[in-house]
Amino acid sequence: MPGRLGRMLLTVLFVAFVLFLYGPTLTIIVLSFQGENGGLTFPMNGVSVHWFGRLFEQQAVGDFGASISRSLLLAAMVTATTVVVSLAAGMAFRRRFPGSAWLFYLTIASLILPSLLVGLGIGLAFNRAEIDTNWWSSAFGAQLTWTLPFGLLIMLAVFNRFDRAWEEAARDLGASPWKSFWHVVLPIVAPSVIGIALFGFTLSFDEFARTLLTAGVDNTLPLEILGMTTTVTTPVLYALGTASTALSFAVIGVALLALWRAKARREAR
Amino acid sequence: MRDVELVAVTKRYGSALAVDGIDLAIPEGSYTCLLGPSGCGKTSTLRMIAGHEMVSEGEILLAGRNVTTLPPAQRGTAMMFQSYALFPHLSARDNVAFGLRMRGVAKAERLRRADEFLDLVHLGPLADRLPAQLSGGQQQRVALARALITEPRVLLLDEPLSALDPFLRAKMREELKRLQRELGISFIHVTHSQEEAMALADLAVVMDHGRIVQAAPPRQIFERPASAFVARFIGGHNVLARGAQAISIRTDRCRLDDGAEGPRHHGHVRAVEYLGAAMRIVVVAEDGTEAEAMLPDSTPPIALGEAATLTWNAADEHALAA
Repeated sequence: MPGRLGRMLLTVLFVAFVLFLYGPTLTIIVLSFQGENGGLTFPMNGVSVHWFGRLFEQQAVGDFGASISRSLLLAAMVTATTVVVSLAAGMAFRRRFPGSAWLFYLTIASLILPSLLVGLGIGLAFNRAEIDTNWWSSAFGAQLTWTLPFGLLIMLAVFNRFDRAWEEAARDLGASPWKSFWHVVLPIVAPSVIGIALFGFTLSFDEFARTLLTAGVDNTLPLEILGMTTTVTTPVLYALGTASTALSFAVIGVALLALWRAKARREAR
Repeated sequence: MRDVELVAVTKRYGSALAVDGIDLAIPEGSYTCLLGPSGCGKTSTLRMIAGHEMVSEGEILLAGRNVTTLPPAQRGTAMMFQSYALFPHLSARDNVAFGLRMRGVAKAERLRRADEFLDLVHLGPLADRLPAQLSGGQQQRVALARALITEPRVLLLDEPLSALDPFLRAKMREELKRLQRELGISFIHVTHSQEEAMALADLAVVMDHGRIVQAAPPRQIFERPASAFVARFIGGHNVLARGAQAISIRTDRCRLDDGAEGPRHHGHVRAVEYLGAAMRIVVVAEDGTEAEAMLPDSTPPIALGEAATLTWNAADEHALAA
């Protein structure tokens, strides 16, 4: 047990850490409720939801609506692909196959490479091949180099603890490989699969470095925000920050609720 | 008719030989224990009968039918796994009903049957529990019911009692024997415990290094062990040398020197264990050979290090194969 002084120091450190972590976000959330005549900085000039309303209007510079829809759609594509591919890869990696070690290192390498360079490389490659870069093609691929290794690592950890006897028991009881996957494997790993989906979604939704040089003419939301920080001079930017944070929390909340309800339903039977 | 017949069955993992050309015939409706130290090939043998491991060479016949290459569910066997392998997301009832669900039995019918089988293992009231909400012994009963609901001709059990505490183990042992008798099917039970094999088996199959060293009823194995390995592994025997010949003598046939005619083992006492109904002493001779004796609990106390001589009737000696 640390002494009184030690405990006090630890408390101070912890409070400082929490402030450091959430302070900036909180500042932006507070400022997004700036009054109609307020500016980008404190003091607050009244309180209003005026800037949230402005989100849905035509902007002088930038276009929230289109970039948000693009980012949401892209995040959905990335999430779906990440879930399917990492689940399949996790199952495949349970046994060694020719080249499995190399494939694994190759996958992890794309996690280690500097993200900006990955983006640059993909952008250049498209350029050399004279294919236009687009958020739904090159940026989609660039984001997968980020989410797939994460998904695979999680799946490897999950299947590491997965009792092979479950599948053998299913086979013993007459399940085909597909049925054993559907009725046994998938329900058991489902919580982790949902976790990977959430992970993939949030990673993609605010991905910046890899998308910057691969998104082509149409911006995703983070790119749009970057563009606007230099030109937009109203708290509408903060309102956007608050709204997208709320969206991320909403997605996580919905997923947790779904998990909780599935569990409750199972226990009620 | 034989329930199971193994013909020169061999299993290799790469260059390692796990099972070395074994032949075995298991009579109809019998309780068989595959017994041996870890790595002796008993589990590989069981898994090959189940179809969860492919045979490298040889053939497996079930009720006269060659099933060597058939998938597990088409063999007429059911397996109970060492870890039980209950599906953690399904209730006890749904776990038991799983086999019927895979066969396309309608929901009402399969749940009714599942409840019947849960009653058979005395778990009816806990049908709605998830595996995590059941004790180890209860989980095992669910696993048993789940395997039996497919109405197998042969039930395969992989170390079924090893995870239970000693009291539960003895109880479950009776229960397994009762079920086997009531259902009239064959049980093949893998264990490393000779006590379990003695208590349960009609046919005990002792294995070592991928081979069967003796397959016989437990009484015969205990009274006439085929080799020094068998005598040592099943316990309750001293293995001693008679010139070039090895002999075994049961420890409960040995007694302290009482002046009667018979072979002798001189030495000093290395261990004394009071076991309640009996007393176990270990006597080490000058040359380091050990022999032990199970003495009646009425034997007067013996001190460690004291000189002692064991004796027995020459007729009780059993000559072992080299």
